[in-house]
Amino acid sequence: MNKVVKDADEAIYDIEDGMTLMLGGFGLCGLPENCISALVRKGVKDLTCISNNAGVDDFGIGLMLKKRQVKKMVASYVGENAEFERQLLSGEMEVELIPQGTLATRCMAAGYGMPAIFTPAGIGTEVAIGKEIRNFNGKDYLMEMAFEADFALVKAWKGDTMGNLVFRATARNFNPVMAMAGKVTIAEVEELVQPGELDPDHIHTPGIYVHRIFQGTDYEKRIENKTHRKKK
Amino acid sequence: MLDKEGIAKRIAKEIKDGYYVNLGIGIPTLVANYIPHNIDVVLQSENGMLGMGPFPFEGEEDADIINAGKQTITMLPGAAIFDSAMSFGMIRAKKVNLTILGAMEVSENGDIASWKIPGKMVKGMGGAMDLVASAENIIVAMQHQNKHGESKLLPKCLLPLTGINCVKKIVTELAVFDVLPEGGFKLLERAPGVSIEQIKNATGGKLIIEGDVPEMIL
Repeated sequence: MNKVVKDADEAIYDIEDGMTLMLGGFGLCGLPENCISALVRKGVKDLTCISNNAGVDDFGIGLMLKKRQVKKMVASYVGENAEFERQLLSGEMEVELIPQGTLATRCMAAGYGMPAIFTPAGIGTEVAIGKEIRNFNGKDYLMEMAFEADFALVKAWKGDTMGNLVFRATARNFNPVMAMAGKVTIAEVEELVQPGELDPDHIHTPGIYVHRIFQGTDYEKRIENKTHRKKK
Repeated sequence: MLDKEGIAKRIAKEIKDGYYVNLGIGIPTLVANYIPHNIDVVLQSENGMLGMGPFPFEGEEDADIINAGKQTITMLPGAAIFDSAMSFGMIRAKKVNLTILGAMEVSENGDIASWKIPGKMVKGMGGAMDLVASAENIIVAMQHQNKHGESKLLPKCLLPLTGINCVKKIVTELAVFDVLPEGGFKLLERAPGVSIEQIKNATGGKLIIEGDVPEMIL
């Protein structure tokens, strides 16, 4: 069960115009940097991207926005990207803003084989418009559908050739739930190891969810808000 | 009148021993600096961490360890990491005891608006809609008026809503209020040096004042 491909370009070779992609990461943390660079090189366009954020102007999904590769963005928070805001306000790009927990749980539902979830997030707001509402035990819940994505692109800390993944600290974020949700899941890792090198008890994403894996290179791991305290 | 640190300091008094607390971006983040040392509190960051610690020392920042405001942070001994679905699972399941967040407007029935100004600003709701829809104990930390001098405590929110009937308490630079279940901002405490008259003039919604309102002790 060897799922290793050579690099990001080989991993994304069959991503085509108009497809729906999930991209792991929170802010600039835990982004599939190599896959994003390969998508920019390939120049595929009219993409629908599902990701919590839209990067910044010159990093992350921001690089794809700059090349006008994204037709629609599905995200929960896009505040850090001026080009995004410009394309949105001018109507060049479609955007669907959804609550962060709803975003994560719609990924989870896809990975668990469940068609929909019920969540109270968005009740009484414009998020609820046009959606089915059900009352359970006296409280209203919105029905939200599982996502369907052609590809999920995730970044892990370590992975083995069978596709088992381990994430590091808060770079985990959306990566495991998106890994479970893609029709095809591509994982890029900082360290690719042999089967048996990862403790089965410590694996976050079992390889059954991962279709392609490669050793990533040149991780920039940019920090969005570098904050520190003074030494006493 | 309080500054931002003062608002954070006052809110910290609402945190009780044994609480799991989610702090939003802005003034709520400052609350962490004022949690009394003699109580046991665990901070949740909705990007997937329990046991959030202070900012790292310069040069010790780790790009993989951030909070929901994308700031570099540290993990305390006993910290736990989880994915985004579980993070909002524990919020939805009411395991988090207290949520402190900012707002653009709060109405007298506890509605909150915090994520969008139509035609001007579209940042998104992030995790705020999930938090306010599920949390039972929500405190809003905000300035009393916007930059045009208009009250942010209103009979009805004018901006797109984040959630309905959810805010329980508000702390501003002028005062502390309970938002009553039957509607209305009940004045609990005045900030140092602030008169009832000042609070009345700055508040748009139904203000309820009963008896003597004490000055807050920080």
